[in-house]
Amino acid sequence: MDVPLLVLYVVVFPGLLFLVGYAFLFQFLDRKIAARMQSRVGPPLIQPFADFVKMLAKETITPADVKRADFDWAPLLAFAAVATAFLYVPVVGPSPVAFQGDLILILYLLTLPSIALFVLGWLSRNVFATIGGVRAVTQLFIYEVPFFLALLAPAIMAGTWSVSEIVTWQASHPWFAVLQPIGFIVALIGLQAKLERTPFDIPEAETEIVAGPWTELTGRRLALMRLTMDVALVTGSGLVAALFLGGPLLPWALEPAWLASLAGFGLFLAKTLAILFVLTSLRIAMGRLRIDQLNDIGWKYLASAAILQVFVVLAMNAWWAP
Amino acid sequence: MPEVVVPIGPHHPALKEPVNFKVIAEGELIVRLEIDIAYNHRGIEKAAESRDFVKVVPLLERVCGICSHSHTTVFVKGIEEVMKVGVPKRAQYIRTVIAELERMHSHLLWLGVAAHEIGFNTLFMWTWRDREAVQDSLEELTGNRVNYGINEVGGVRRDPTDRDVARVLRRLPVLEERIAKYRRMIAHEPTTLARFRGIGRLTREEALRYGTVGPTARASGIEYDIRRDDPYLAYDEVPFEVVTDTHGDVYGRTLVRIGELLQSVGIVRHALENLPGGPIKVATPRAAPRAEILSRYEAPRGELVHFIRTNNTDKVERLDIRTPTLANWTSVAVSLVGQHLADIPVVVAAIDPCLSCTSRVTIVDREDRETKTMTWEELRAHGMRFYREKRGV
Repeated sequence: MDVPLLVLYVVVFPGLLFLVGYAFLFQFLDRKIAARMQSRVGPPLIQPFADFVKMLAKETITPADVKRADFDWAPLLAFAAVATAFLYVPVVGPSPVAFQGDLILILYLLTLPSIALFVLGWLSRNVFATIGGVRAVTQLFIYEVPFFLALLAPAIMAGTWSVSEIVTWQASHPWFAVLQPIGFIVALIGLQAKLERTPFDIPEAETEIVAGPWTELTGRRLALMRLTMDVALVTGSGLVAALFLGGPLLPWALEPAWLASLAGFGLFLAKTLAILFVLTSLRIAMGRLRIDQLNDIGWKYLASAAILQVFVVLAMNAWWAP
Repeated sequence: MPEVVVPIGPHHPALKEPVNFKVIAEGELIVRLEIDIAYNHRGIEKAAESRDFVKVVPLLERVCGICSHSHTTVFVKGIEEVMKVGVPKRAQYIRTVIAELERMHSHLLWLGVAAHEIGFNTLFMWTWRDREAVQDSLEELTGNRVNYGINEVGGVRRDPTDRDVARVLRRLPVLEERIAKYRRMIAHEPTTLARFRGIGRLTREEALRYGTVGPTARASGIEYDIRRDDPYLAYDEVPFEVVTDTHGDVYGRTLVRIGELLQSVGIVRHALENLPGGPIKVATPRAAPRAEILSRYEAPRGELVHFIRTNNTDKVERLDIRTPTLANWTSVAVSLVGQHLADIPVVVAAIDPCLSCTSRVTIVDREDRETKTMTWEELRAHGMRFYREKRGV
């Protein structure tokens, strides 16, 4: 890909601009679906964007004894990380910047918002924020292992560490959601936990610790951090769609090329929205777990299920070469 | 891990009213709990002494936004007993209907709040939606949604028409169905079970020792309900069961409240279907003879007590209100020890605290960072000094 096109890819489509717009749409749909399920009216389409703009305009308050700079860079770093991760997620076809091992990079970048939240909580000098930050990291250690294992299983079976190549592999084979149903479920649960949504909204449990690490965030920091979580939702859904649902590729070739790209984009939208619907339903159907209960569930069941899935994949690789 | 003091309140998202817990926690485990409930003293007991029996009823209605009918009923019941006035049957039945509708809206509200405390917002939205049906019924019967203004000494102020009664009756089957649905939900939804079962446990002995009342006591297996043990209004003529449970935890309290919801539906239906005719009030004397009376009432949160002293005038000489929340507070401090920090909101919510009705005066010294209460002598001296300096009395 030549340089102007690559810049266009990174900055406009499907890079930053599309990503932010799609993240707002995701937040809107998440809230609207939730509202309808709870027999409420829900927000209008423009609401997430309006919230964002309004929060940008609000005063930014830095707690006493906190270094301004640290408080400023943490949300920026988190946003930059998840936005970068999205570049490696196939949207209209294989990503142009893909390389062997970009799966690991995406997983690493998706972890950064949780670390940023911990840093924010720890810096806030506020007992609720500190507890929330500690909870965020505790939760990170619980869901990360099963989540990583579940997402690495497709890589093992496809024999490649590039997300785009895993997608290409699925064009000529069944989806990994069919081949690895346990891994798919663990990945969805892990994604929910990563995004800190009910029943895993333990770090920001409103009724217990106000807003956890978010307590002292105001103005543009809060706006950016919320946008980060929405972008992480898009990136995470795109990643799971790519790894387990075949991503944007059709199993047969389409002519001309622009039609194939359009179909691919349509598939990306349909699959990520389907994942969003599942995640929202999960959020609506449950209450919040306690951190010790999550610890039990995470290590006893989720981790075991993910390890089992990896063993199954290894066994399938040995005896049955698809 | 070192001990950390986590301040919960007086301003905290889990609390709808001001109260302060100093939670001493080791990591996520609670070691000790100090409760300070005096943030919203409104001086209602004192204000009641300066109003006659007509004017004091609307004041008492405002003791609590949820059990507004409870406070007026228990008061007029006491005054009527002192005056030896027989209240017409129809008025008693109407008061019973309002009381049970109030219990229903209170328990539905509680169910939503408890669900919200564990982050289960869907149940919160659903119960509050269904609560609207009860609120609508109350509005049709009394004209108001919150402070019904239906009680007065000697009877009730508004006579529902047959059409009002029929409309309320029509809503009951829907409510019954929804409540049964919530019962199934609570019993099967895994996260709710994980957060309710075994949390804030109170054994029967502890419940008795700390003087708990209402659903909190009944969830620990204590069969104690003023409606049955000391019948008032029309409760001796209406069939109902006292719902108890032996779990003793938040789950038990939830089951008791849902059971009571179904009982209340039954009571409202029976009372409305057998609504006697006749007048809705009788004329009462202006003044009450010298007497002291302890009027008891089963409010949604438990036994509500008004101690009333009258002295041949048209005002009370002393009114002392013991709200059920005050009786249940100590049990919270006990049942929270050893629980997780995350369980504080739901255990506190499990007694359905109504804080403003509970507040008593506490002196807070900001320089010395001390809180204390005044003895009667100190308070008296303070009052005399206050009026001498400020009002020149």
